[in-house]
Formats: sequence, structure tokens, C-alpha cells
Amino acid sequence: MNGIHDMGGMQDMGPIQPEKNEPVFHQAWEGRMAAINRAIGAWGKWSLDASRHGIEILPPADYLRMSYYEKWLTRNVELLVKRGMVTREEIETGKPAPGSQKATPPLTAAAVPAVAGRRGNFMRPEAEATARFEVGQNVRARNMNPVGHTRLPRYARGKKGTIVRHHGIFVFPDTNAHFLGEQPQHLYSVRFSARELWGDDASPRDSVYIDMWDSYLDHA
Amino acid sequence: MADDKTSVDRRGFLKYAATGAVAAAVPNSMHAQEHDHDHDHDHDHDHQVVPSDPALRTKALESLLVEKGLVDRAALDALVDAYENKIGPRNGARVVARAWVDSAYKERLLNNAPAAIAELGYGAVQDEHLVVLENGPRVHNLVVCTLCSCYPWPMLGLPPVWYKSAPYRSRAVIDPRGVLREFGLELPEDVEVRVSDSTAEVRYLVLPERPAGTEKMTEEELAALVTRDAMIGAAKIEPPPGGKA
Repeated sequence: MNGIHDMGGMQDMGPIQPEKNEPVFHQAWEGRMAAINRAIGAWGKWSLDASRHGIEILPPADYLRMSYYEKWLTRNVELLVKRGMVTREEIETGKPAPGSQKATPPLTAAAVPAVAGRRGNFMRPEAEATARFEVGQNVRARNMNPVGHTRLPRYARGKKGTIVRHHGIFVFPDTNAHFLGEQPQHLYSVRFSARELWGDDASPRDSVYIDMWDSYLDHA
Repeated sequence: MADDKTSVDRRGFLKYAATGAVAAAVPNSMHAQEHDHDHDHDHDHDHQVVPSDPALRTKALESLLVEKGLVDRAALDALVDAYENKIGPRNGARVVARAWVDSAYKERLLNNAPAAIAELGYGAVQDEHLVVLENGPRVHNLVVCTLCSCYPWPMLGLPPVWYKSAPYRSRAVIDPRGVLREFGLELPEDVEVRVSDSTAEVRYLVLPERPAGTEKMTEEELAALVTRDAMIGAAKIEPPPGGKA
């Protein structure tokens, strides 16, 4: 989706403003939101890819206006409703529907230390997938504009690069985000020269490395 | 007509949005829909200070999820504690310091980062799709996620606001040298800048250059020099004042 989230190469967004001694959370609710996000994720009702797409489909003006964790809040409410874990009415009233059964949370406090620092495994080495490329080959990122989730940034589409690393077989976000299965593919690191991406004003030495799935690429 | 409080230009607005302070900082233009009249006129009145809307909505959501048995409140407490106190850039700093003092470890780290960090007790090998990129006098790596906020958080903790902000995400790929200049780092023309855009589940950690004047420092002292920003590639590590050499 050619959404506002696909920001690489945009200009005039203002200065970068690092904060000295920045706290992990600026307000207590942000920490609660981060924790809720992790705890409801433990139900396995949606993937990380679906979760990312939930942020991307926010209206562009909201995307820019909302703080990071406000986006998470909105996204999680929508996913909880979409996956039938809560109803819109329950969100509005703040109360479980009368007569609804109480569930047992999959993530307990005792399990948190073991899982809090872990991200999960997205590699699928056993999957059947053909590697169409190898390290050293020249490739061109496809010019494609899917309306759904993709991790091929706009600024790289149609550009020529070189495969510099083969990462292995990974879950494919473009399908997984839409509950269409993991459909794993080979994943590569592709080097694009800054001049290929941005033209002759860019430094002749500089480059951008982008991780790309097999179907994002053609031989060049 | 507008005073300082209400005069928030677009860039200021983006900044406030990024830090979550937008509700307090932008009473007229962005929150007009919450009031029953247009604030774009010249008068003075107080706005009641109430908890921000997302704070209230988060609280309501937590209560609902706890009541429905979808989350365990004690697990939430433990997660907040882990994010605030257990997972942070000290993890990455230990890895960097080890690589600085042990060249064999450094080779293992550059060739197979998941196994190398597991040696120090971090992560689970099969879960960590981590690649370590070495900075030196000729090559400077910078890490960004243009599409969202991917970040090697088992090594560095949760990302700072600037890393997740529109200004950094948009410009790091098109003008990395300008971005680094904003961090106070002017790179010579002949240094090669490599930007890694984290578009997949592979995470990138920068191994910064060991500063001069640290030859006699212990691994622990070295770890204390390593900064989060240097492990993103947004900074170099300064030699210790006075040195220990």
C-alpha cells in the first residue's frame, strides 16, 4: 500500500530531535499499552505482519498526528474486534458482554522473564521455496504497487541493485499480514547505490541496503 | 494573535505528535473537534487539565481485557518492568565491549551474531535474526526502519522517539550525511556510508569503532563507554576524557 508509513526519501518532515536521558516510556499509559500489546499478541490471533498493517491502514492524517503508542492502542482495538476477541460494544461500555465466558490468559507473570526479551522465530528453513538469486547477482526491484501490505519500499521500486547476502527462508509479510498464510520465501540483502536511488547529487560512495524477498526482485 | 502556547507550526506539531505531547501542545488546530467552538480567535480561557484521551482509553481497555480474562494484570506489570529495567542498551554495550577486547569473539559476532550473543546469555539462537555491522575509519553504517520502527530491541531496548519519528525515517536513506550532521557527526567525503533499511525481520546492530586512548581499560569500563546511538550508527564513541592510556 502506498501509504504515509512508507516514508523513505521524503523531505521536510523537520529536524531530528534526540532527547537527552529519554525515559523508556514518557507516560505510564504508554508502558501499559506496550505490555497489553505483547500480552494479547500471546493469543496468536494475528501475526506481527497483520499488526504492522493495522498501523498502516490508519488514515494518513491520524498517522502523523497520533503518538506512537496511540497508534498501537487504535490498532489493537481494531484487531481485537476483527478477530472476535472483544466486541465494539464492549469497547464502548468498557464491560464484558453479559453472560460472556471468562478466558484464561496465555501469558502469565511467571512466564514474562523468559519471553520478554525474545522476538519470535520468523525463519522457515524447512519450507519449500526456490532461491532465484545468489550473492553477487544484479537485480532490479519490481515496480509493483499492491494495495495491501508490502515491505518493498516505494523508493526502491524499479531500481537496480546487487545481492550482497542471503538471509535464508522467511515468512512472507505480503500474504501473512492478510491472514493468507506464511508462504515463506528466500530473503536477501540488496545493495543499492545512493546514486541509483537518488540521482547524481548523491555521494558516489554511499549506498542503502534493503532486505527483500525473492518475489520483489527480477534479474537485471 | 496566537500566543506561544497555541502557535504550533507543522514541524512543532510533528515533534509533539512523536513525543505524545500533542494533546497538551495543540489545543486549537488539532483538538478543535473536542470542543464546541472554533478556537481560531482571540480570547483567553483555561482548558481543564484532564488525563489525555489515549491514557483513559488504555486504562479502559486494560480493565476490559483483564475482566474478560484476555490478559493477566500481573503479567502486564512484569512486562512493563522488563521493558523499563531489564531490556536496554546495556545488553548491546556488553556485546560490543567483548568484541573490542576479544578478536576471536568479534569474528564470531560478525559471522554469526545470534550464536555470539547467546554466548553472553542473550536471546535464543533460533529467535534472533541479528546481523552485526562493523564501523571503522573507512565505512560508517547507519540503521533505520523507513516503514515502521524495527529495531534490535533485545540488544538495545525499546527504540527512542527520534528513531520512530518521521524526520529520521524519511531522511536517513536519502540524506544520511545530513542526518548524521544533526547528531553532531561530520563524516569526511571519503568515508563510505552504508544505510541499512530494516524492511524484514533481520535486525541490525552496529559495532562501533573502539576509540583511541582506551587500550588499558577493562571490558567493563569499555562497556560503560558504549552508547545506544553509536550502536544505531548515529554517533561515534568519544574517547574518555583524559583517557586511561
